[in-house]
Amino acid sequence: MSDNSVKTANDVAENFEPKILVFACNWCTYAGADLAGTSRLQYPPNVRILRVPCSCRVNPQFVIRAFQRGIDGVLVAGCHPGDCHYTTGNYYTRRRFLLINRMMEYMGIDPKRFHTRWISGAEGPKFQQVVTEMIEEVRAIGPNRKLRDDMKVTVNTDDIVASVEADTKVVADNV
Amino acid sequence: MERVGVFICHCGSNIGAVVDCARVAESVKDYPGVAFSTDYKYMCSEPGQEMIQNAIREHNLNRVVVASCSPRMHEKTFRACVAKAGLNEYMFEMANIREHCSWVHAGRNEEATEKAIDLVKMAISKVCNNEVLMKGHAPVTKRALVVGGGIAGIQCALDIANNGYQVDILERTPSIGGKMSQIDKTFPTIDCSACILTPKMVEASSHPNIKLITFAELEKVDGYVGNFEVTIRSKARSVDMSKCTGCGTCMTKCPGKADDEFNMNLRKRTAIYTPFPQAIPNKPVIDRESCLKFKSRKEGKDVCGVCAKLCPAGAIDYEQQDELFTERYGAIVMATGYEQFDHSIYGEYGYGKYPDVISGLHFERLVNASGPTQGHIVRPSDHKEPKTVVMVKCVGSRDPEHGKSYCSRTCCMYTAKQATMIRDHCPDTKVYVFYMDVRTPGKLYDEFYNRTREEYGVEYIRGRVSKIYQDGETLRVKGEDTLLGRQIEIDADMVILANAMIPNPDSERMAQIVGIGYDKDGWFTESHPKLGPVETHTAGVFLAGACQGPKDIPDSVAQAGAAAVKVCALLSKDQLETEPTVSKVDNKLCSGCGLCVPVCPYKAISLETIQERVAGKTIERQVANINGSLCQGCGACTVTCRSGAANLKHFTNAQILAEVDALCQTIL
Repeated sequence: MSDNSVKTANDVAENFEPKILVFACNWCTYAGADLAGTSRLQYPPNVRILRVPCSCRVNPQFVIRAFQRGIDGVLVAGCHPGDCHYTTGNYYTRRRFLLINRMMEYMGIDPKRFHTRWISGAEGPKFQQVVTEMIEEVRAIGPNRKLRDDMKVTVNTDDIVASVEADTKVVADNV
Repeated sequence: MERVGVFICHCGSNIGAVVDCARVAESVKDYPGVAFSTDYKYMCSEPGQEMIQNAIREHNLNRVVVASCSPRMHEKTFRACVAKAGLNEYMFEMANIREHCSWVHAGRNEEATEKAIDLVKMAISKVCNNEVLMKGHAPVTKRALVVGGGIAGIQCALDIANNGYQVDILERTPSIGGKMSQIDKTFPTIDCSACILTPKMVEASSHPNIKLITFAELEKVDGYVGNFEVTIRSKARSVDMSKCTGCGTCMTKCPGKADDEFNMNLRKRTAIYTPFPQAIPNKPVIDRESCLKFKSRKEGKDVCGVCAKLCPAGAIDYEQQDELFTERYGAIVMATGYEQFDHSIYGEYGYGKYPDVISGLHFERLVNASGPTQGHIVRPSDHKEPKTVVMVKCVGSRDPEHGKSYCSRTCCMYTAKQATMIRDHCPDTKVYVFYMDVRTPGKLYDEFYNRTREEYGVEYIRGRVSKIYQDGETLRVKGEDTLLGRQIEIDADMVILANAMIPNPDSERMAQIVGIGYDKDGWFTESHPKLGPVETHTAGVFLAGACQGPKDIPDSVAQAGAAAVKVCALLSKDQLETEPTVSKVDNKLCSGCGLCVPVCPYKAISLETIQERVAGKTIERQVANINGSLCQGCGACTVTCRSGAANLKHFTNAQILAEVDALCQTIL
């Protein structure tokens, strides 16, 4: 590998174009994104929409897989509470991702990378606004480096053992 | 072995001007699974579809991806196209590179093309995991429910009934008739509204295929197209409908008084009442809020009871309770109509403060021969004939700041109609109309408006009214004539406001009960603004009349007829095809925990006992079982399932993960 091809962290940040996956429910958000299209509302081309029947079809596993595979941000979007085509689907989404949010924060994923939003079929402008804001936010915090399959750190077990021993010593000293 | 054909559509210049379609086709040529890829000007056109079918035969394709517009637009078209060439219609996927790409990234051709390639790759990866699915069949309940008994609901029910199907009209108030029964004359012909409406009301009530359910509310809707299960609350009338003969004796001596809503509170009515003389059913109800007996009961007493004493049929039943009952229907038509915009937010018009500032519907009752003034146009304050009348248009319409952003469509015409009626009834009265624009699209509408100005001498002033205030006996109207560029003051005796039309106040709750969409103002959303004006996104639910957006009577009637045709087309089938995109459970993985059972909004999941042979012994255990005709395919159970036994056909875990992987492969 020649020196020229090695990118520094700064280079990446400067030219960084985030890639964002949107899980859109078929009845509201997908229609809202369609409306943004028919209304010719412009937004940055960093989002890719994946159609699901209902936001409640989105298994948190799908979101985590996307982060593992290096996606920079994920948006799960469905009908407003009370407007679900399947009556109650988005209530499950709401509860589920309230918990998943916390879990992901615990795992070290910046909460700005993952959002759940309600965008109806009549809200083309809201779709435009939500994705534009999210792209800008994720662009500002840079590429996703957590969970990525290609960034697994090889751990030196000796170091861990040493640090644990040091900690135990501190504890023992205090007792 | 997957052999995917990929077809990239230019959609003329809609996609082609932004996305380099040839490059997209070229870049996926060697993508895993792809056997053929090409681009074409219009994929949905006949030659385009032929091209797909020929390619399926020539290249022995077993899966197809079309990258073009939204699947909400053409998924059906292309599914039918591949089916004609012998493929299963579910071996097809669409990539949306128009609404989600070219139209929203104009001028960013390079990035849009990259995005299109990603979207196409996602679709290819998904289609490689698609399975052959077969549509199921469900029986159809050959009976329709029309919610709302205004002119749209009545017309729709008549049309359905005349086609030979049973139909129920559900009406919230004690009588059918709706807003049209309150209107005096109709434009542009100045027909008497009641004269053309009441025959239809009678026809509906006497039609052997129509059942009226009045004074009742929609409570709950379960089920799905062809098999809705509707729970209806029949409100307590306090009158036994089977005994009452409709003689009206009970109303003669009732001491309870209340504002008469039908007459826009311009007079009082009794507590036991029929809303208007031609009401259907012409049987009274007791308004428990104003009935002396019910009021006294709240205070622990029990007085009055005059109506029960008077009733020769013994039909008065004070103990009646609300009743809930459930009916099955194959189709539902929403015809819940409109309300008048509450103009009290415009303080400058002084509504509520000045009794002689009234709304258009008030005027209809004033000028109606059976109204509170027997049809004499008089000021509500002192019952004198007004010598000068000012009419203000666009009250609430076309005012995104305080009112509604839309045009209510009917106001220009009903203002013109009311202006001519004032000139007819009181030839000495001067009429001024303040307007923003005059919009009269419709047969004979503009002619009517011109006659209003030229023959009836109504003076139209282009401009807004800035203030109305009482000055002695008269109302001083200050406004601006924008054509002459000067301020105007008119001393008026009466002011009529042309209020905007707004949806029924609880239209949003109704939409949620039935499971249909509504827009920012609360109007029900049709499935397509041009090509699906009476359908909704919920199969089996249709729209008629002003609940979908402001409409006049001819348009409401036309839409009601259109909805009726759609209902009849549905009810004419003995069986309906059901979507196979429903959940399934892998018994091998299912532990029978039952978590999915309460999650299902359609009660489609139950636990069943199966027998298995394990290690030479037969054991019994429980697994989840999904009823395919109840399941609507939301996927709630699939995420709830801990063992991953539940999966949604056509949106399986494998399919969605394949899409995620395809999208991300360029990153890592």
